[in-house]
Amino acid sequence: MRTLALFALIAALILGTGFVQSWNSALIILNMGLVSAIMALGVNLQWGLAGLFNVGVMGFVALGGLAVVLTSVAPVPEAWEAGGWRVAAAIVLALAAIAVAVLAWKRLPRKTRGWAVAAIAVVGFFVYRALLDPAVSAIEAVDPAATGFLGGLGLPVLLAWPVGGLLAAGVAWVIGKTALGLRSDYLAIATLGIAEIILAVLKNEDWLTRGVKNVIGLPRPVPYEIDLQGDPGFVETAAGLGLDPTTASTIYVKLGYSVLFAVVLVALLVLAQLALNSPWGRMMRAVRDNEEAAEAMGKDVTARHLQIFILGSALCGIAGAMMTTLDGQLTPSSYQPLRYTFLIWVMVIVGGSGNNLGAVLGGFLIWFLWVQVEPMGQWLMGAITAGMADGSALKAHLLGSVQHMRLLTMGVILLLVLRFAPRGLLPER
Amino acid sequence: MDFLNALVVLANFVFIPAFAYGSQLALGALGVTLIYGILRFSNFAHGDTMAIGTMFTILVTWGLQALGVSFGPLPTALLAIPFGIVLTALLVLGTDRLVYRFYREQKAKPVILVIVSMGVMFIYNGLTRLIIGPGDQNFADGERFLVSARDFKAMTGLDEGLALKSTQAITVVVAILVVALLFWFLNHTRTGKSMRAYSDNEDLALLSGINPERVVMVTWIIVAALAVVAGTLYGLDKSFKPFTYFQILLPIFASAIVGGLGSPIGAIAGGFIIAFSEVGITYAWKKVLEYMLPESLEPSGLVQLMSTDYKFAVSFVILIIVLLFRPTGLFKGKSV
Repeated sequence: MRTLALFALIAALILGTGFVQSWNSALIILNMGLVSAIMALGVNLQWGLAGLFNVGVMGFVALGGLAVVLTSVAPVPEAWEAGGWRVAAAIVLALAAIAVAVLAWKRLPRKTRGWAVAAIAVVGFFVYRALLDPAVSAIEAVDPAATGFLGGLGLPVLLAWPVGGLLAAGVAWVIGKTALGLRSDYLAIATLGIAEIILAVLKNEDWLTRGVKNVIGLPRPVPYEIDLQGDPGFVETAAGLGLDPTTASTIYVKLGYSVLFAVVLVALLVLAQLALNSPWGRMMRAVRDNEEAAEAMGKDVTARHLQIFILGSALCGIAGAMMTTLDGQLTPSSYQPLRYTFLIWVMVIVGGSGNNLGAVLGGFLIWFLWVQVEPMGQWLMGAITAGMADGSALKAHLLGSVQHMRLLTMGVILLLVLRFAPRGLLPER
Repeated sequence: MDFLNALVVLANFVFIPAFAYGSQLALGALGVTLIYGILRFSNFAHGDTMAIGTMFTILVTWGLQALGVSFGPLPTALLAIPFGIVLTALLVLGTDRLVYRFYREQKAKPVILVIVSMGVMFIYNGLTRLIIGPGDQNFADGERFLVSARDFKAMTGLDEGLALKSTQAITVVVAILVVALLFWFLNHTRTGKSMRAYSDNEDLALLSGINPERVVMVTWIIVAALAVVAGTLYGLDKSFKPFTYFQILLPIFASAIVGGLGSPIGAIAGGFIIAFSEVGITYAWKKVLEYMLPESLEPSGLVQLMSTDYKFAVSFVILIIVLLFRPTGLFKGKSV
């Protein structure tokens, strides 16, 4: 009942935006709300179901973005010729060095293994750099204004979504292997760090992502507005509905995304619900509530944690790929931890941790507020400053800093919910 | 001569900057570690506490400058630090009363407090941006160099110059003073001893009549002071930008964990370990090697192990190595 009422509220808010502002902004909010809901679902899986504290959501979201570039962009043959294979060789060599180091650590006698691993690491690093550096400069020299990177595989962009999930899952496996089983705060710091590193890689490895030059014009799974406007059939239908072709085409495209995203969200939500109510879900909650007891019952706590950490991160990766597809470009400098990690946490806490529907609800609600706080703040500041003399420095400053109201509002909301409704809007059953 | 030149280059580009940066990290990590020891949670809002404290200091500095007050060759901000500390202490005490105390009384799990501190982080961050804006603020005044590169060359006749920025010297001096004061306080005053007792064993401390609320209050005041000093020194040395104060959270946490969470000495050691590795690994060693090696062996590249953009990776990797092989840190910290 409560669930229905709250989701009706969300629908009303979005429809209200449509009536008051414009249908285009309503659809923009809806689309990003769908994506946010998937991210929140991923975090809820980790936090709500297993009590894992992941503050590296941004990194997994960014990996999803990278997946879009790697899958859907057409390959750049000149760059591959210039140094692509050498880069590939360098990476294989680095992986081999790591594998040998791990093996040496496990196999060699205690006394010598530290030195052996150090030697393998140092030698491996220098050989890797010697192989990589010239290849990278060769690739980046290939028409730097337009390409200067290896490109992707040129596959359909929809494939990038599962690939984004896989990429995120792979990285999550590595982090989970090292940081899980330690204390909960340590996992938090480790994920915080890995997110910054992933972002640093995206910003600086131009041969992979073009770095801060951004990859623009990514392929789209929906038609282009301009093609629709040129299609007489579409213009006629739009006219029949009483819309001008420009508005109709933008709405049509956004609706297309909404349908695609909604399909993904519903599918994932159904899976998450089935998992939650399965014996596996009960086991996860048992592990969360009392690790010692679960361990005594023969459950492998660390392995279960690793499993769910990977699953949750994969969801974030999928959502990240969807978001980059929606934007049509990969802009590494646009990833901000407050927006892509901590805001998702606010969504989960406000929605209700441990409840999948709650996470989805939180995703929509908080995203709506995040977007709409700015116009509200504008109005509020306008009201506050109305009495002040025009041109006063304070008035200009207050009006100019409205955009920062967002962070403040989110903090207040988070604290209020934690204090007065610690189980969220839709508590776990 | 070549050897001396190499030493000067090393001091100029590695040793001095790393020492100053390490002092700033150590002060930040001390704040994190104290909160962890007494209040028993990882305070994600610490970076933004530093930011907001520095902002208070900057505002007071501007006020003092407008009044025509100056500190001679030293930056005016040093005069403003006490005001910044008072304001920040009031802010964090208010936050504790309004936010944290409730969870303390509930005996909430540490991870809940971490999430609460995320909310506080949002609020501090929003306040800082609301008041002073997200942009860069430069508030350093006074003498810029203690020793400038040109004077140094003229003085010694070496090819390489050694520049010692006054902000770097001030950072180190102030950091040493603050740390000395803190350790004297923790080891020799009644309140300091009760803080350590509370950190070691809460129940025993309570039984022996220590007032926990007083310990917590004193802790917050000290943490506010450390955060303001660390933030102001960092801002003087580099520049003040709210977002960099959020990012510095990672090396600060790395320092505190590497040293052992809850251990003040560990926090200082961790700060310097992180700072020296970060600077050492991202520095291009070409020049030093040119002086040190015979001509035939001179390197052709920059001999930079990693580009400066990956400096966060350095603190992260050190953190992971320590966590894997010595989870309680170098100086045995707590592991709850």
